[in-house]
Amino acid sequence: MNGQRKVTNARVVRSLDTLARLVLPFCGSVVGGFAAPAVPWLSPTNIFAPVSTPAQSIFDLSRFVLMVTASIFVVVFGLLAYAVVKFRKKRVSDGREPAQVYGSTQVELAWTVIPILIVVVLFLAAARVIASIQNASPPRNAVEVTVIGHQFWWEYRYPSLHVVTANELHIPVSDAEHPAPTFLTLLSADTDHSFWVPRLAGKTDLIPNHPNSMWVDPHEIGLYLGQCAQYCGTQHAKMLLRVYVDSREDFDRWIQEQSRPARVSAAASEGQTIFERTACINCHTVAGTVANGRFGPDLTHLMSRDTIASGAAPNTPENLRRWIQDPGTIKPGSKMPAMGLSGPDLMAVTSYLETLH
Amino acid sequence: MSTQSIAWAKTEVSRRPLVEKLHEWVTTVDHKRLGILYILYALLFLAFGGVEATIIRIQLIRPHNSFVSPQVFNRMFTMHGTTMIFFVAMPILFGFANYLIPLMIGARDMAFPRLNAFSFWMTAFGGFLLYFSFVGGDGLYGAGNAPDVGWFAYAPLTSQTFSRGHSTDFWILSLLVSGFGSIGTAINIIATILCMRCKGMTLGKMPLLAWLNLVMAGLVVLAVSPLTAAQLMLLVDRYLGGHFFDTQAGGSAVIWMHFFWIFGHPEVYVLVIPAFAFASEIIPVFSRKAIFGYPVMVAATICIGFIGMSVWAHHMFTVGMSSAANTFFVLSTMAIAVPTGIKIFNWLATMWGGQIDFKTPMLFCAAFLFQFLVAGLTGVMMSAAPFDWQLGNSYFVVAHFHYVILGGIFFTLFAAFYYWFPKMSGRMYNETLGKLHFWLFLIGFHLTFDFMHIPGILGMPRRIYTYEPGRGWDIWNLIVTVGVFFQAAGVLVFIGNLLWSYWRGKVAGSDPWDAWTLEWSTPSPPPTYNFATIPEVKSRRPLWDLKHPEDPDWQYE
Amino acid sequence: MSAPSVTMPEADIRWSLPARGPAGMYCLIAAEAAIFTIFVVAYIFYIGKSVSGPQPHDVLRVPVFLTICLLSSSLTIHFAIKLLSKGRVISFALWWLLTVTLGAVFLAGTVREWRHLIHDEGLTIQTNLFGTTYYSLVGLHAFHVTVGLLALVTVLIFTLLGNVRREHTQRAEVLSMYWHFVDVVWVVVFIVVYVVGR
Repeated sequence: MNGQRKVTNARVVRSLDTLARLVLPFCGSVVGGFAAPAVPWLSPTNIFAPVSTPAQSIFDLSRFVLMVTASIFVVVFGLLAYAVVKFRKKRVSDGREPAQVYGSTQVELAWTVIPILIVVVLFLAAARVIASIQNASPPRNAVEVTVIGHQFWWEYRYPSLHVVTANELHIPVSDAEHPAPTFLTLLSADTDHSFWVPRLAGKTDLIPNHPNSMWVDPHEIGLYLGQCAQYCGTQHAKMLLRVYVDSREDFDRWIQEQSRPARVSAAASEGQTIFERTACINCHTVAGTVANGRFGPDLTHLMSRDTIASGAAPNTPENLRRWIQDPGTIKPGSKMPAMGLSGPDLMAVTSYLETLH
Repeated sequence: MSTQSIAWAKTEVSRRPLVEKLHEWVTTVDHKRLGILYILYALLFLAFGGVEATIIRIQLIRPHNSFVSPQVFNRMFTMHGTTMIFFVAMPILFGFANYLIPLMIGARDMAFPRLNAFSFWMTAFGGFLLYFSFVGGDGLYGAGNAPDVGWFAYAPLTSQTFSRGHSTDFWILSLLVSGFGSIGTAINIIATILCMRCKGMTLGKMPLLAWLNLVMAGLVVLAVSPLTAAQLMLLVDRYLGGHFFDTQAGGSAVIWMHFFWIFGHPEVYVLVIPAFAFASEIIPVFSRKAIFGYPVMVAATICIGFIGMSVWAHHMFTVGMSSAANTFFVLSTMAIAVPTGIKIFNWLATMWGGQIDFKTPMLFCAAFLFQFLVAGLTGVMMSAAPFDWQLGNSYFVVAHFHYVILGGIFFTLFAAFYYWFPKMSGRMYNETLGKLHFWLFLIGFHLTFDFMHIPGILGMPRRIYTYEPGRGWDIWNLIVTVGVFFQAAGVLVFIGNLLWSYWRGKVAGSDPWDAWTLEWSTPSPPPTYNFATIPEVKSRRPLWDLKHPEDPDWQYE
Repeated sequence: MSAPSVTMPEADIRWSLPARGPAGMYCLIAAEAAIFTIFVVAYIFYIGKSVSGPQPHDVLRVPVFLTICLLSSSLTIHFAIKLLSKGRVISFALWWLLTVTLGAVFLAGTVREWRHLIHDEGLTIQTNLFGTTYYSLVGLHAFHVTVGLLALVTVLIFTLLGNVRREHTQRAEVLSMYWHFVDVVWVVVFIVVYVVGR
């Protein structure tokens, strides 16, 4: 009697386990995959919530692939579960071994041919999308941006628009009637990085001495998040990406402002003097002044950005002061050293930077 | 029935001093002892790797956590990956191969016993060298310490410019040293299987474990060497001013990736094929049926070996290769799913119509089948390159490969432990503790690695020491971390079981499972010489033939 | 009680398996071939990519004599093995010595070539991509020649001490397989570096 109950309990637990195994693995992707377009707030970096053609093509392909793999899963899982239950050793066995079946040519042929066919189908689907994304060439009105990856920040140059900025990328919205894709050339100043904004496109790496290119054509205005996706050193985790998709007018206005040299402010001249006399100018550029360092981000329009340190902290006076005082308090391992400025000097420099709109 | 109780005579031949016994173990060339040394070594490093994983998961339990600094975290994931692959998985699989192959092919030892010992000690030394980096790695700028460049050490992060001090050198040298050990063992396995089978055991009649380890060894010979070559090149760059991967001098960072993954991908087949071997031996015995489709299992494995050498750049889909190159690697990667899937079907067919006894080894093998299916399917998803452009380098990949390594390889390894423990120690393990281990580990594994797929889908890259709140990743990371503690509990139960059973387990006899391959014809544990007389065989299951003289295998295949 | 013995009746099968020594050496050769392949691939990949410094066609002199020496040493070692298999140990020792000499000449010539490249042409492993890949590949090969020579010399010493006899033919043959491999690698290196790459 005891043995019987044990077997029953075991059976219940095993079927629950089977059920759990059925539900859990694909729960997330199912939820993410089909709920995402309706609820983009599930995550701002959900790969199943595309707003740009490359991400959309990938999403369409992924739905097809998921359908195929889910079907395979259901069939094989079902057979395995059935075998595990049906062919259990009976409690009362006659001690004889079951029939020894060494193989079956037809069965083995079938389960070779069918997978091959599935592979052919999946391959063709993938090949099509590879071609459509990789072989696209920029139309004449495409916005061209050169992205240069650094340890641990992003440099953005718009060569034909004469704009240099850092960490927050602005691109125009694009739609079917007025396509305005942005083509990104990806370079690196030091080690390997990867540009990944999931809702806009798949990731592409930035590798020194190996220029890459990618394109996006977002059709919804908004802020899109991402981050570096190739381990690049200590602060890889805080090399965050912020891509602002603006309306055409907003984008043009932003370009206008970014291409102006730095504002001169009499009130901040003390801070500016300290800035220019200290090592700051070795690394940073402020257009229109003597500061023309390229090792660190361009600060000409620092105050037009919402965050500092490549998204690591909001751009507030307090954070700015903390950063200049000792970057290690926000981003330990950042390449900027603690400047060791005295209290008044620190206040002055911060005030100066706060005029750089 | 063949369970014979051999009285465990407490021989008082002589109370040898401990030093003498240790000396025997240190100088042994006996494949069984070396096998056990490999296994014990691997279990020690499993503890290290597990601690590193636990530290990683505690740090990631919530956003902006400060359990460890970024520098320490980066060392943790580097050491965790390097340890688990090179100093846990490879040694433990080599250990089982060493122990079992001569016994299963009717030989007295491996082909080159001294090379065997040399290979073990090279591997062992490599591991200790790697861990010495924690104390000895300080170079200039105090920038030494354990390596923190990731287990695949991409250039140019590993150049002197970006990796000052000696941490990277410890990574290079420890793997170089243990790589020689791996190649030595592989040569030994191939020579043993080709040259030392007992009479009547043609290649078509040897156990699948022998076949699969033969293919694995072939892969090691061909694949570990590229890593050795790449690491020599890296040393030239770091110490002789060379420019192999020096992008400033026109060198290529991508070529390191190619060289590494030409090693790295076959390496995962080196790890998984012996796991298949365990499943192929255990599932038939506990289903009471011969393996279904032996010739195709062999052919599929050889196919996996060959195709596996041509898929490496699917680790590089995001690197910016041409669309032609990307397309080729999609094809080769998808192609390898075919022979791999076939094997799952063959195991399923073996169970079909059987009388499955769910002792602990079979529980682990059953879970392996379900989990390997899932792991394979997530691999198929990523083989579609555009899908990989989103999923690559994210936690989806981390979930996938842990699903293969833990869900696939470790589950069959546990099965192998429980299956062959009676042979190696002469004692039965405790079945209740075994089942407890299984359920604890199963729950922990699924909590951690099922849910780990989700942050990947939601945009979480790998190798980050912290993450931003508001990305929707928090709850999943929490669940993932919770699972770790169940797994740790399971492993503790496992170790406890092994220890307790070694001293207090029921005497096992030579054939507690009523199995069919040659190792079950020796006493447990086998004497140094393995067999009193070298056996002669006529079929794939010599003991089946003995137990069923009216219905022997050699009448059918 | 001893374990059941697993001997089948009517088991009079002819049973011969390959020898362990050659099997092991083939595997070692496969592993080494894989290492060399990677260095050759790197060499070929970087042909023409050096941004500065001496280029191959400027500074490389085709080592015809050295190549003849090394390839002849394959012939001489082959003869040596043949003689040992017939039990003619003294002739074996002479041909073996000739092999060692030819190998040593090759190494000496390589050293001379490198001295010339470093001092006269200013090409070092640091100079440019050509320097890095050239010295690595040729150096790796020279290292394998050196190891081979050490092994050959060891056998020579054993022979002079009278410890090598006809029954050791297979062991000597295993060593000669390694030596042949080293020569084949040189053929590849020669073609890639001095013919194609120039």
